[in-house]
Amino acid sequence: MEIPYTVEVRPDTGLSNGKLGVWLFLASEVMLFAALFSSYILLRVGSTEWPRGAEELSVPMAFFNTVVLITSSVTMVMAWASLKMNDFGKFRTYLGATILLSFVFLVVKYFEYSHHLHAGEGPWHNTYYAIYFTITGLHGLHILGGIVVNGYLLGPGARMWKTEKERFTNRIEIAGLYWHFVDLVWIFLFPVLYLL
Amino acid sequence: MDAHAADDIRSHVKTYFMVFGALMVLTIVTVGVSYLHLPVAMAITLALIVATIKGSLVALYFMHLKHERKLIYYVLVLTVIFFVFMMFVPLLTNLDKITQGY
Amino acid sequence: MDNVTTAGHAPVGAHAHGHGTRAHAHHHEQSFVTKWIFSQDHKVIGIQYTITSLLFLLFGFSLMALMRWQLAFPGAPIPVIGASLGVLNAPGGIMLPEFYNQLGAMHGTIMVFLGVVPLAVGGFGNYVMPLMIGAPDMAFPKLNMASYWVYFMGGVVMLASFFVPGGAAQSGWTSYPPLSVITATNGQTWWLVGMIFLITSSLLGSVNFIVTIIQLRAKGLGFFRLPFFVWAQFVTSFLLLLAFPPLEAAGVLQLMDKVAGTSFFLPSGLVVGNKVVEISGGGNPLLWQHLFWFLAHPEVYVLILPAMGIVSEIIANNTRKPLWGYRVMVYAIIFLGFMSFIVWAHHMFMTGMGTTMSSFFQTTTMIISIPSVIILSALFLSLYGGSIRYNTPMLFALAFLPMFGIGGLTGLPLGLAPSDIHLHDTYYVIGHFHYVVAPGTIFGLLAGIYYWFPKVTGRQMSEVLGKIHFFGSFIFINGIFFPMFIQGLHGVNRRLYDGGAQYVHAAPVLHWNQFMSYAAWGLMVFQIPFIFNFFWSIWKGKPVGANPWKATTLEWTATTSPPLAHGNFETTPEVYHGPYEYSVPGRSQDFIPQNQKD
Repeated sequence: MEIPYTVEVRPDTGLSNGKLGVWLFLASEVMLFAALFSSYILLRVGSTEWPRGAEELSVPMAFFNTVVLITSSVTMVMAWASLKMNDFGKFRTYLGATILLSFVFLVVKYFEYSHHLHAGEGPWHNTYYAIYFTITGLHGLHILGGIVVNGYLLGPGARMWKTEKERFTNRIEIAGLYWHFVDLVWIFLFPVLYLL
Repeated sequence: MDAHAADDIRSHVKTYFMVFGALMVLTIVTVGVSYLHLPVAMAITLALIVATIKGSLVALYFMHLKHERKLIYYVLVLTVIFFVFMMFVPLLTNLDKITQGY
Repeated sequence: MDNVTTAGHAPVGAHAHGHGTRAHAHHHEQSFVTKWIFSQDHKVIGIQYTITSLLFLLFGFSLMALMRWQLAFPGAPIPVIGASLGVLNAPGGIMLPEFYNQLGAMHGTIMVFLGVVPLAVGGFGNYVMPLMIGAPDMAFPKLNMASYWVYFMGGVVMLASFFVPGGAAQSGWTSYPPLSVITATNGQTWWLVGMIFLITSSLLGSVNFIVTIIQLRAKGLGFFRLPFFVWAQFVTSFLLLLAFPPLEAAGVLQLMDKVAGTSFFLPSGLVVGNKVVEISGGGNPLLWQHLFWFLAHPEVYVLILPAMGIVSEIIANNTRKPLWGYRVMVYAIIFLGFMSFIVWAHHMFMTGMGTTMSSFFQTTTMIISIPSVIILSALFLSLYGGSIRYNTPMLFALAFLPMFGIGGLTGLPLGLAPSDIHLHDTYYVIGHFHYVVAPGTIFGLLAGIYYWFPKVTGRQMSEVLGKIHFFGSFIFINGIFFPMFIQGLHGVNRRLYDGGAQYVHAAPVLHWNQFMSYAAWGLMVFQIPFIFNFFWSIWKGKPVGANPWKATTLEWTATTSPPLAHGNFETTPEVYHGPYEYSVPGRSQDFIPQNQKD
């Protein structure tokens, strides 16, 4: 039994199943982070005092991480473009770079977390730290998820390139959509939590 | 993959690096502005405008939304509407403070 | 693990007695495990969902039956099973208040999240929807399997929470903080973890449903040829997709409050038992209510829409007439789904959230009643002039209409802030939403089980037992819920451990408590014919052909009953007709199958 439109697009919608599926998933992710942003605003507006992010957190580290994540987005889209140009070697380099950069992001995040935890500024410290740890923690889990997916596609999943080139390229595109979304969330998190 | 498609992709690649440059510049702008210590309302507005531009660049070019099918737009428009409803939560909770002055 | 083996057994019998030639072009020998447990076939997953959720419904019902003892005879030892409930819950068979609260919270949670939604969407949606649109399977079979097993894990966590020290969650299915957070026991933490599993499962499922409906429709099956049931599933999936994530966020925030010492939902200066609670920052309990109801109001429509879909199918089929105003119904259900996102705060009129906001939300609430009334009116008008077949599915479907009507209309006073002040948090509310969900949705779902049973097994359930089940249930279910309106109008609060015995104002209506309890137990007794009928008919039911109801939709006309194990259809069906072409003048038979070419 074959499920139609896993690789080719359905003529009247112009989409393959996976593409539509991942966009729907991202729509639900938008609502997840919307609820967290909304909570942030409500808690901040309702509080008597709220620290300025730049005075509590390390802006240089977060700036570095922003650069890392944006770069990883570029390498991700380049990985896809390389497959489109039929260059599997380059694809491996770019996807490998994406994964490496994701780890760099997490390592920096680890140093940030451990610094605050050692200073006694855990989520229990005040509502600002509570929301900081919750949102960045959830975002960090998304990064981890991305590493798992991309790692699979670089490792065992890459065998598909030999048999079904187009399907594998679609998979990279879909993984990319997710990864860019994770980047996009961080683009909002950075000013909201660190700068304002 | 025929030659035409490959050319197409090469022109895409150029765009990707231009977008990358733009994102870097805007990131520096955000950080730079934060050192100016503007009034809170102004700082928030500016930061969110810059973040929205950056986010749009990522969505339009990296996520190929610029050339996406109508159906995806429908889903996203619906999501944006509900996103706005969600953002009403903090506003609504403070509505009486705004409209009735307490 | 009971339900796994049961889920395995039900279709085994069906399979053995299946009829029609089965040319398996892609037949692979599968082991028991890949075929019945970790199956990727939407039909098997649908059966797994159905069996699991029916067991949860029964379990949730039993919790209520226990609570009804305490309400009817406060402080009297529970007979027969009282001793086996444990000293910590019911010493000497007398229920403790904490245990009563656990039963209440878990009854709600189980019925909504583990019973009705998985049955309506996971069960019926999974089994019937792909067949109705002529698809070989769901768009993502592996994801489909994952949704079921994540749901199953959520169920296990919820059940396990009864056995952790201090027992299960005690703060109602709504889990309002600060109460839910400051309760010393860990039940609430388990509840939150369980909810995160269930939400994840729903999200995976809804993505799958939407993609399947958009992408895998058979050739010729345009959106306005979709059976109304498919439309209902489509709108429901969007509600799940976009309304559930905020609750997931809220669940994470409450989990942080519970385990990481944050105070998102705890206000500063909170005093409990004359002591100021130590709070790290100070948050806002209303925030939880906003996020919770942002999901939970659409959730109400998640409960009701699939049932409306089922009832529409059955009414069109058994009146032998097209649905009256099919297109209007479709527009109404889309509008209903959309509006359900902006009515949430009508649950919060009494929180002091402000009058401006109350005005806004009571307006949207009045608006949302319009599409519901349109759908209900269309279904009533569909009956007019039909030669109605009164079989069991039709009886349940017919009962759905007035029952949902009562449920809906009694909701209007709750949607208006001034009358809600009197009725809020009373038994009136309980009566209202149970009329929507119990004799409403659950009757719709039971109708669906009787209607599609021949599809799944190739055999029909006994009509005699079915009618006993229907009339018994119909009488007793009204006996439970109607008196709640009377009690509520007298101001008797819900969630009272003694049913209101300590309040003077409750005294004139207190005698209804015993009446309602007897009705509840009676209702339970009348489920026995159903359970017996269900299992008996799997093996001994009357074998019927592929299309016993002479229906028009693809699941009956394009494949055998039960459908082929792989890919559903012998040849991919093509669609030439609308979904309800019954009694078309000038035809030799009174129905035109959607895939009939002329």
